[in-house]
Formats: sequence, structure tokens, C-alpha cells
Amino acid sequence: MYILKIAESLFMFDHSNTPDFAKLPHGVGVGYKPQHFSEIMASDGAVDWLEVHAENYMGDGGRPLAQLEALGAKYPLSIHGVGLSIGSEGPLDPAHLKRLQKLCDRVNPASFSEHLAWSTHDMGFLNDLLPLPYTDQTLTTVAAHIDQVQNTLGRQMLLENPSNYLAFKETQMPEVEFFAQLVERTGCGLLLDVNNVFISATNQQTDPLSYLNAFPLAHVGEIHMGGHDHDLDDHGAPLLIDSHGREVAEPVWVLLDHVLRTAGSRPVLIEWDTDVPEWPVLATEAARAKTALQTAVPA
Amino acid sequence: MISQDAFTQALLDPNAATPAGLIDPKGETAPKRFAVYRNNVAVSLTNALKEGFPVVHKLVGDDFFTAMASIFIRKHPPQNPLMMHYGAELPNFLTNFAPAAKLGYLPDVARLELAMRKSYHAADARPVAADLLSSIEPDALMSMYLTLAPAVQILRSRWPIYSIWAANMLDAEPPNGAGGQAVLITRAEFDPVPHLLGVGAATFIGALAEHNFGTAHDTALTAAPNFDLTAALGALLAGNAITSITESPLT
Repeated sequence: MYILKIAESLFMFDHSNTPDFAKLPHGVGVGYKPQHFSEIMASDGAVDWLEVHAENYMGDGGRPLAQLEALGAKYPLSIHGVGLSIGSEGPLDPAHLKRLQKLCDRVNPASFSEHLAWSTHDMGFLNDLLPLPYTDQTLTTVAAHIDQVQNTLGRQMLLENPSNYLAFKETQMPEVEFFAQLVERTGCGLLLDVNNVFISATNQQTDPLSYLNAFPLAHVGEIHMGGHDHDLDDHGAPLLIDSHGREVAEPVWVLLDHVLRTAGSRPVLIEWDTDVPEWPVLATEAARAKTALQTAVPA
Repeated sequence: MISQDAFTQALLDPNAATPAGLIDPKGETAPKRFAVYRNNVAVSLTNALKEGFPVVHKLVGDDFFTAMASIFIRKHPPQNPLMMHYGAELPNFLTNFAPAAKLGYLPDVARLELAMRKSYHAADARPVAADLLSSIEPDALMSMYLTLAPAVQILRSRWPIYSIWAANMLDAEPPNGAGGQAVLITRAEFDPVPHLLGVGAATFIGALAEHNFGTAHDTALTAAPNFDLTAALGALLAGNAITSITESPLT
């Protein structure tokens, strides 16, 4: 049984070679919102691919799945889960894993990604991405969960870095080390959220460039860009909130340039989930990301 | 070490202390930072309920709804990540929610809104050809069975729930009197539409799930001697609600 499992994971996720990221185009995508359906279907070249939140497409039928089918015929799709709770102490919910499998089988997306976070507890689903400490124990648990996801879906997944508002005293290793270990152990790819890097660094009073320079950029299969809000902590220090409710902040664009110059081109996504604007506003953000890609990595 | 159990309990109880061991860059306990998560959970679940129950929200007003939701979300957090189904317990919760005791119609309005959402996400189904029904001899039809689309929903209330819904969503006239109403929801393509049903039509369509056409028709006539079969069938056909007509019931 043990040998079989090893053989299986070697067969599917051979991480001695460069991971296969060829499926999502190295262009610009946006987080899809149903109110933009007509514009996105009519547009040519404003975006190269689309991302959808998996849980919104787990109904039995109706408009959401019909739209997804139409979009999938025109654009490569990224399925982005927000509810799998990979960072749970306990086991993954087999029913939810099955729903993801069904959706991936139906859509055959170019990419599947989830978060380094937990959201489900005995109480129920908390609808937020909650943090975990970085310890040997959590590393073992999360790696086992990623193995389970990749084996169930029969594909490599990308894991996204969180936005941190606080830290755990019990943490034993830097976040970048945690991600590097997960890549090493599971062969998963990474989803680098540059806005989250900026938020976490600001909130923890560390240097975002040092984080990026230590991050395993070679394994990044997708980049997220989104807007954040400003608040203050108990001591009056800056506390940035990951709201996805406005334009990407200037310092985050600067970090994107750094990543693209260092790592080469990647699929870049604009996320805008609250106070969603009219399509032209989102298209303008996408155009800026496209320019960043073309400038940093000339064709 | 902070267990996810302890984290969750502190998250859902606004009066609980921030768990020790969650720290800011100075290494100190971080209440305002922890409050970001607490706020995210409360606001995102409350907003999901506001989106899912727009008429209830409008009827009670934002302050009342938000206060009610803050109690509901702690008692009934979502049981899985499918937010499209969140709030199934709200009607029963409202029945027992003392501050809403005077609004006796509220639970049934919430049931209507849940049924609209259920219809929206129900499985697709191919309707029968428009002329199939009229091509069957009336005598033969009486012993046949009609199957309705998964998106079809029927509700009966002792309150005028259709009129309340329409007054708030369509700016229709407010309900004239307090009589009960039955509602049929059909989804011709992607958008569920509620229709006001008479007693006879509601009885007929409800009976089709268990009985053949003739028995459903008789039951409806008993419930309402003036039952208009043509109008009831017209509503079902217009809503693409009939998916098969067969000689024995589909299991």
C-alpha cells in the first residue's frame, strides 16, 4: 500500500523536472463576476484567461454552470477554491473534495488552486481564510492534505500564500520555508499573491522584497494582484486588510515588476471581489497588468 | 499551542479574549488584529444572508436584520462551503425569534426566498414539446403521469406571501388583506419566476407528484370547484416546467 502510494505520486507529480505550468497562458486574467458576462464574451484580447471560485459552481444547474460552460469554450479557466480548508488540523471533508473532483472533471480547468488556510471546523464553515502556525506538525498535516487533493483530482494544485494580520508565537519556521518544504514534499505548485506579500510584510513590519527573494519563484504557476484597505493596530501601526475592493496599490505594482523581472513571465490575475466595478474599470486594471508583463519580460 | 477549536470559539464570541499566543510584531497579544478575522466572519456571513433574503431584509430594515443575523450565524453557521444554500434554518429560526413575533408572515417569506434560490441552482431539464400535451387524447391523458422540472417549487402559506414578495421586488401594490396564498415557481430558462396560484391549481400541481393526471384533476376540483385546468397547464408550459408525460410514474 505504502509503495503503491509513493509510486502513484511519483508517476503523477514528478518534481525532479520543471513543473508543467504550460496550461494557463502567461497573460492576464481576471476573477470572473457574473455581471461582466456579456462584456467578457464580447471582448477580444482584454483578458487571456479567467478564474472562478469553485464553490460558486457547485450547484446542480442553472445560469452559473451554463455561463461557466460558455466561458470555458472561449477562455482557459482557473478553478480557485476558497472552502477546502487545507490548513485544518482535522481531515479534509471528503464530500467537498468530491464536489471539487466533479467540477474539475466537468470543466477540465487549466489550473486548480487553493489557499494555505483553514475555514472549516466542527462548528461549521466560517467563510474566511484563517491562519495557522508554521511548525513541523502543521507542515506534515498540510502536506498530507495536498497529497490527498492532488491524488483525488489527478492533477497538480497551486497553493496560495496568505495575507497575515498576526503571527503565532509557536511558529518555528519562516513562511517561505514552509512553502518551500511543501513544494519539496508534495510536488505542488505555488500561487503567489503579491498583494498578500505586501499586506503581510507591512502588518508584520518585515521587508516584502526579502520575502520575494526567498520565495521559491521557480514553482510559481500563477500570480494574484488585488486591492487592500488601510487600518491601524492597537499601537497605531499600519494594519492592511485584504479586501479585494479597489484598484491594486502602487507599491504592489512595483513588487509585481520585481517578480516578473526575476522569475520571468507568469499568468497574472486581477482580483476584485467586493464593490465590484463596471467592466471598463476592471479591464483597465487588466491592461495595466498586461503592460507590466510585456515591459518586464519582452516577447 | 492554540487549537483551531479555541481559535473558533474566540472568533464566534465577540466578548471572548484574544487567544494568547497570537501576536503582533512586538510579540504582544493583538486584539485589533484578531478582530480582523472576527469581523470577516461576521460580515461575510451576514452579507450572505442579506443577499439570500432580500425581501426579509427589506421588510425588517438593515439594523434589525444585522442584529438578527449576528445571533443566527452563531447558532447556525454554514454546514459546508456552499454559500448558495446558506440560511435553510432561517425560517424556523424566525418562528422562534421573539423580536419578530409580531411579523407572523416573515418565516414564510423567508421560505419563498429559499425556494427561489433553490430553483435558481436546480438541475437543468429539457421540457416536453409545446404541442405534446394537446396531441394526447383527453381520455388517455387522464391515466398518464406528468413529471415536473427540478426547478419547479410550490409553496402554500396562510399569509399573502406572493403579494408581499411582489410589493418588495416588483414594486407591485401591497397585499390587499391578509388571506393566505399559494405560489408556483418556474424557471423557463435561468431566472426563477413566482406565480400566484389559486387553491385548485396549487392542489393540482402538488398532486401531480404522486398521482396520475386524472386523480390530480379530481383532487383539484374537490378543493376548488371553479378550478381552471387550462390556466394551470398554461402556467406550467410557459415555465418549461413539464419534462415528461408517461404512462407510468417515473421513479
